[in-house]
Amino acid sequence: MKKIVAMALGAVMIASLAACGGSSSKPASTEAAQESAAAAESTDGGASGEAVDMSNMKVGFIFLHDENSTYDLNFINAAEAACKKLGMTEDQYMLKKNVPEGQECYDAAADLADAGCNIIFADSFGHEDFMIQAAKEFPDVQFCHATGTKAHTEGLDNYHNAFASIYEGRYLAGVAAGMKLNQMIEDGKITEDGAKMGYVGAYTYAEVISGYTSFYLGAKSVCPSVTMDVTFTGSWYDETAEKEAAHKLITDDGCVLISQHADSMGAPTECEDQGVPDVSYNGSTVDACPNTFIISSRINWEPYYEYAIKACAAGEKIDADWTGTLQTGSVEITEVNDKAAAPGTTEKLEEVKKALEDGSVHVFDTANFTVTKDDKTNVNATVDGSGKLTGYMADVDTDAEYKGDTEAVSDGYFHESEYRSAPYFDLQIDGIKLLDTKM
Amino acid sequence: MNDKKGPLFHVARRPHMVWYKAWGIRAIALILALIACAVITTLLTGLNPLDVYATMIKGNLSTPRRVWVLLQELSILLCISLGLAPAFKMKFWNIGGEGQVLVGCLATGAVMILLGDKVPGPVLMILMIVVSLAAGALWGAIPAFFKAKYNTNETLFTLMMNYVGTQLMAYFIIVWEVPKGSGKVGIINQASEAGWFPMIGHNKYLLNILIVAAVTVFMYIYMNYTKHGYEIAVVGESQNTARYVGINVKKVIIRTMCLSGAICGLTGLLLVAGTNHTITTSLAGGRGFTAVMVAWMAKFSPIGMIFTSFLIAFLSKGATEISTMFGLNQSFADILTGIIIFFIIGSEFFINYQIRRRSDGEKEA
Repeated sequence: MKKIVAMALGAVMIASLAACGGSSSKPASTEAAQESAAAAESTDGGASGEAVDMSNMKVGFIFLHDENSTYDLNFINAAEAACKKLGMTEDQYMLKKNVPEGQECYDAAADLADAGCNIIFADSFGHEDFMIQAAKEFPDVQFCHATGTKAHTEGLDNYHNAFASIYEGRYLAGVAAGMKLNQMIEDGKITEDGAKMGYVGAYTYAEVISGYTSFYLGAKSVCPSVTMDVTFTGSWYDETAEKEAAHKLITDDGCVLISQHADSMGAPTECEDQGVPDVSYNGSTVDACPNTFIISSRINWEPYYEYAIKACAAGEKIDADWTGTLQTGSVEITEVNDKAAAPGTTEKLEEVKKALEDGSVHVFDTANFTVTKDDKTNVNATVDGSGKLTGYMADVDTDAEYKGDTEAVSDGYFHESEYRSAPYFDLQIDGIKLLDTKM
Repeated sequence: MNDKKGPLFHVARRPHMVWYKAWGIRAIALILALIACAVITTLLTGLNPLDVYATMIKGNLSTPRRVWVLLQELSILLCISLGLAPAFKMKFWNIGGEGQVLVGCLATGAVMILLGDKVPGPVLMILMIVVSLAAGALWGAIPAFFKAKYNTNETLFTLMMNYVGTQLMAYFIIVWEVPKGSGKVGIINQASEAGWFPMIGHNKYLLNILIVAAVTVFMYIYMNYTKHGYEIAVVGESQNTARYVGINVKKVIIRTMCLSGAICGLTGLLLVAGTNHTITTSLAGGRGFTAVMVAWMAKFSPIGMIFTSFLIAFLSKGATEISTMFGLNQSFADILTGIIIFFIIGSEFFINYQIRRRSDGEKEA
């Protein structure tokens, strides 16, 4: 008898626990959704107000994860904001979340096409081949893939890639980092030679290489003696590995400032624990790291969604490769956290941003960095006697050969994201040391 | 209360229940589960539960494509469950389905990448079949060998083999990645389609479904009408009995795990050559574990597993549709699935046991 009563009690307790868990999580998630919607609205700047008839439009979105991933949240917010801005009703757009990078992506895309979507977006690199497969099967539906590389070689009228010149945002973030280093040198906290930054990267992929190099060049533009160590985690999201990587960079390698290109809070929180200044990515981490967060850059996908949906509605051609810039509002930097940043950072960034926009400054200006070439590294580069980069055959067309096919250096700078939207800068420049290249 | 009388309620094993009564109890459990889900849905989201159920059904059946995808998902889950069932029936806790599927995927992908343009199509296909089955069988045989030889704990061993399989996959993805540094292989042989299963008509999934149907028939016969199947049942009931009647227990364990792993490896082949045409670490997607539940719920009967894998596949597709249509988090849909499975597993208790009041045999009640 006692046993059964105890079991029943136990069951009731478990049930009530589960019920509490369920009900308390609900308001939290709606609150977060409201917040993000509000944030998305407030970032809407000047919109081009041309009226296009949206009544026949239906839009499908495919996301790798759900709101719990910062990467996907950035896309989800942009998707919802763009649809609202274009005056679409809720039954005019469908979000498919947690779609893996496999046949499921094709199934999801085909299912959205069956449901009458005129245009379908996917957000993850690994979705690309499956989107192409669907694009071939549904020639009347537009397929847009963020971060992909194959649109310009596939030659399909209804398949498109998009990215943003995020290297400009990274460069600006780098300037803020360089100014912080200068302040630390002035205060006597570090020597000029001790100005060493650490960078936690995901993969040795062009997108990451382009990102950390532009970040470094931004810092170098204001703090010439800076050097940087880069370590790779081999994952886009691995909180433990990223935290450990930041820890190692700070304690073993003597890095005095950290930045990262991976999607978890691992590196920023480690910096906060150790009191080391941090430049974040994908959005502000100031709430979790009030004392060390300097600035962050991110891609805002809303302008692209708006552009592509509008073009589709108007029956116009969508670019095979669309690269968002500072001007289109696709590349954003967050507010500077005055508590961590050097004084005058905001003003300086405004100035550099203007120079990037009018073309008087180029991020990959070959006058600003040198390259060492040997049998294994930078094999596609041509370098003059002083180490200056004079030519580079970039691997713009994706194939299994890894061979350079497009000359990317001209007019004294490396033309990033011009021959296709996804980054292809994968040089190793002097001053940056790769600690563990995972091959 | 008097000790001699015993507790007010007590649980007793039921004699074997006729099949229609058992299925009646299961049906009642399903209805209760749906009512519980409806109450929770209304309380937490304010949605009309009937709309939610309608969406769940629509998500599976409203277009021919959705039906095919459901059948494909069912087949994959069923195929892994068919692989696990003989091991479980032998009371060898093989929770390494995930890893066995992944090495099958890896082996298939390796042949497609390395030999895709070097050998003629039929040879390539035969190689893919042989290599994927062998890889899965090996992944099953290793823990079985150590279990038979040194009596190691097979639960931990097969679990660890999952991680080894995943890391092996991760390593080779980096070796074959396109473009460089991306950590992705992309679709293999997209232009030549070398090593891809042929489509039947215009259908991508039919061949996979037919293969799994054939495996189901084979396993049904193997488990019920062959000497091997009988040996598995005896070893599962009692190893001592098996030894006493002259069954070589070690041999049966290793042989059965080879078969178990090989069928999981075959699932890997279906996933890579039949549908995905790429290799990633998430190809098995947790189905190696879900299949344990599928097999248990069906009591390792191949025919029963058709229904249980249908149920799980239906619920999971329906759950995804709910989260898409109502903008709910996927976790909510998972909660509903969890409740339904809880009730169904719970109903087995009432099929196998009955609760008696103390009054049995006494007149006072």
